[in-house]
Amino acid sequence: MVENIKKSSIIAVWFIFLSFPLVVLRVDYIDKTIDYRWHNILWIGIGAFFISWVWRYFLKRKNESDKSSEGKNQGTSASTSRFQVQKIFEHKFALLGILIAAAIVPQFMSTYQTSIFITAMMYVVLGLGLNIVVGMAGLLDLGYVAFYAVGAYTYGLLNLHFGLGFWISIPIAGVLAASFGVLLGIPVLRLRGDYLAIVTLGFGEIVRLVLENWDVVTRGPSGIPGIPKPAFFGVKLGFAGNMTYLFYIILALVVIAMVATRRLQSSRIGRSWVALREDEIACQAMGIDTTKAKLAAFGLGAFWAGIIGVFFAAKSSFVSPMSFTFFESAIILSIVVLGGMGSVLGVILAAGILILLPEYLRFMADYRLLIFGALMVVMMVFKPGGLITNIRQQYTLPKRNSKEELAELHSSET
Amino acid sequence: MAVVLKTDKITKSFGGLLALDEMTLDFREQEIVALIGPNGAGKTTFFNNITGMYTPTSGTVEIFPPNQKSVKIQGMKPNLITELGLARTFQNIRLFGNMTVIENVMVGRHCRTKSHIFGAVFQTSSFKREEKESVEKSFALLEMINMSHLAGNLAKNLSYADQRRLEIARALATDPFLLLLDEPAAGMNPQETEDLDQLIVHLRDELKITILLIEHDMKLVMKISDRIFVMNQGRLIAQGTPVEIQNNPEVIKAYLGE
Amino acid sequence: MQALNESGSFFLELFFSGLTRGSIYALIALGYTMVYGIIGLINFAHGEIYMIGAFVGLTVAGILSILQFNLIAILVLAALFAMVYAAAYGYTIEKVAYKPLRGSTRLAPLISAIGMSMFLREYVILAQTPDFVSFPALTEGLFDLGAFSSMIQPTELVILIFSFLMMAGLFILIKKTKIGKAMRAISQDREMAMLLGVNSDRMISLTFMIGSALAAFGAILISAHVGQINYNIGFVVGIKAFTAAVLGGIGSIPGAALGGIILGLTESFATGYVSSDYEDVFAFGILVLILIFKPAGILGKSTTEKV
Repeated sequence: MVENIKKSSIIAVWFIFLSFPLVVLRVDYIDKTIDYRWHNILWIGIGAFFISWVWRYFLKRKNESDKSSEGKNQGTSASTSRFQVQKIFEHKFALLGILIAAAIVPQFMSTYQTSIFITAMMYVVLGLGLNIVVGMAGLLDLGYVAFYAVGAYTYGLLNLHFGLGFWISIPIAGVLAASFGVLLGIPVLRLRGDYLAIVTLGFGEIVRLVLENWDVVTRGPSGIPGIPKPAFFGVKLGFAGNMTYLFYIILALVVIAMVATRRLQSSRIGRSWVALREDEIACQAMGIDTTKAKLAAFGLGAFWAGIIGVFFAAKSSFVSPMSFTFFESAIILSIVVLGGMGSVLGVILAAGILILLPEYLRFMADYRLLIFGALMVVMMVFKPGGLITNIRQQYTLPKRNSKEELAELHSSET
Repeated sequence: MAVVLKTDKITKSFGGLLALDEMTLDFREQEIVALIGPNGAGKTTFFNNITGMYTPTSGTVEIFPPNQKSVKIQGMKPNLITELGLARTFQNIRLFGNMTVIENVMVGRHCRTKSHIFGAVFQTSSFKREEKESVEKSFALLEMINMSHLAGNLAKNLSYADQRRLEIARALATDPFLLLLDEPAAGMNPQETEDLDQLIVHLRDELKITILLIEHDMKLVMKISDRIFVMNQGRLIAQGTPVEIQNNPEVIKAYLGE
Repeated sequence: MQALNESGSFFLELFFSGLTRGSIYALIALGYTMVYGIIGLINFAHGEIYMIGAFVGLTVAGILSILQFNLIAILVLAALFAMVYAAAYGYTIEKVAYKPLRGSTRLAPLISAIGMSMFLREYVILAQTPDFVSFPALTEGLFDLGAFSSMIQPTELVILIFSFLMMAGLFILIKKTKIGKAMRAISQDREMAMLLGVNSDRMISLTFMIGSALAAFGAILISAHVGQINYNIGFVVGIKAFTAAVLGGIGSIPGAALGGIILGLTESFATGYVSSDYEDVFAFGILVLILIFKPAGILGKSTTEKV
């Protein structure tokens, strides 16, 4: 106890020292004035004192649990697997609940609220898309926003020049973004993890800079205004009607993305992604063409980003390069990281927390990115698996009581 | 007996350092062959050169898959070599720790199956059939190594000996005709080692495959090998039956020093 | 003749401005390369430390100028404080965001670093300002270049001289001192170095501190040259310095210096002779090309992963 107080006090003093010139002082060099904010010392001190205490406590607990799990390598058998199966059912109920609530929600909510929920659901799909790349395949893609931009500009430009509509643009943008992902992927995917991160970041920035500077095609920084919203079977809806319609479109997209991701997770290709993440060398030694697996992940991730890009353009009826900065990628990444790498439910939960919470807790809004950043660090330190640990699909041996079935199996093979 | 793999003067140098020096040897059908030698003799380097992890500086590696034409495989990508029927385990266990035991084995089925994104998303009937087959085959392999009751556990939670055995099952899932085991008994206690030697012989007899192992446990090597190759400083210094090797003065010198 | 002269001096102008930029990239690249060399981590927050160095320098310079210190004293103290603070931040960041992650997966520290970088940007926005603020021209009066001033500005010359001195100092530190030897030993083989009695945690901390201080030093010089700073200055400079480090061969200290200079010159000539719209695209383009075609860089050694 005394030891802890001493340690935390030292840390508090240290952080007061660190933050002093930035948090307490603010100098205006032109007016020659200094703005003193002494009260901040108190906040920093108290904050550092308690946070360091909690930090130490959890770090200790984490180290202890690491050690104990090393010790009992064996004793995990049937009991855990039953527990896991049960959990999967829980997930299904949770998903059902979310779905029902989400379907009813727009009937009772203001247009503004509906719009916030739409945004959150867009991030769910983006998160699920990036989750394929980062969470499953373990490829740290920091330029994900580029594919989102490709989708948004595809719709914006196709509509501007050729008058193409929302629905036809969706598959075009999806395919275009996916091919873009594969094209970018071909040269970069043989790079090691951290280099891949930097190169994708570079690509993301290049795409944004090209959008900004290639005025002739993209209309530069001023962007493309007046992008139409989807029409409901040719009927023009009012503002509120449009929002509700968009809400259901994105809800459908969320469901499709969720189901698709879940199905992929327990499939040949999904397993090869996870194997790739776990150990690339062993993965290749098991006969998996790692380049193909990576390209598939990249392409599919980009596909979702492209589709949501179209949706984004329709919702905001305006696209400009400003919407596609690196920090957009970072936000999507923090959703994946917070939710749990590879976990579908985790992504939904994380998108809910990170996008909705700041909207409702207004005092949080200013600190949003600060909290995002801190959360990413805290998650990596304490719970690198994310809020919801991804539960692997359980397989049981199909009962061999029906001989016909087996026979059928063999006959269909030939 | 027919030869299944033949190397001709394969050499590997790392920036002037000769790790493999003109290794010429062959393995035959349904043999258990051991590759032994002191630490740093180049045994794992040899493995890596025939499984495509490294490209030999010179020399050729030729395989003779059953009922197929022979293929020269030096410098091929590892996944293609695995597809051709060579499978391996790793000295420093490389399982997919956050996947379940059964999934680890199912990953091994990857190169023998072909469903892709479309099939998985739309749950086509061919996808379902293939999945079911994968599950059955993988369970059968787990039964063979006595681990089917652990199928749902994460690989990282297994005991050391189980992890080594799971690596073998995973490699077998790729339907190899030649299985390469890199120190399969490392870290096992005497009982586990004994189970392992029975397993290796059983696999050879049951699956009719050739097994090459790198091993330091001489008792195991002498007991189950048909032939033994001895390496020292990147070179092959002796080959023969266990009895011949035990009495070979070159080998004794290599192990005990001058 | 006149035209030739003009194009000649335009060339020299671009050359010196490229060299100036390049030496700043080099100073920051050293931080990336040293950290990478010792623990194999891309310290994403390094650009943010550079930015914090600039803000601390501004605060100190502001106070001292209100107290009417003379310009040289302000410059020296501002640089000193910026370096000390940057080192302290670097030290703390390593302890908080990277040290607990040693031995985890490769992605974890990278994500943690991105989080830290976001955090620090927001921290400066909230604590100071989201806008550009002007930074005093502390280095303007140090030299009088007379006739040469059309080719190279005095502030640029200051950057060249001081960054050169700093780098020379670092080389001596790494090559000649015991600390440098210990650092090199850890980057070769950490476990072995620890067995031989090198305190690896302390050396890692020290590496972060030295790299951070160098970045802050560069930040003061360049901010005094450019005349304004904001929270965002670390991001692009950080990526460019990283490019420089990769270009020269990440992990190699002379490589970082060389990479910085090459990148600075390329950028300068490309913007001067081709187009200034795509200034940043050139840097990113170089980065992408290098990583794809020669990931080991100019002076780096390529490594094969052990199986």
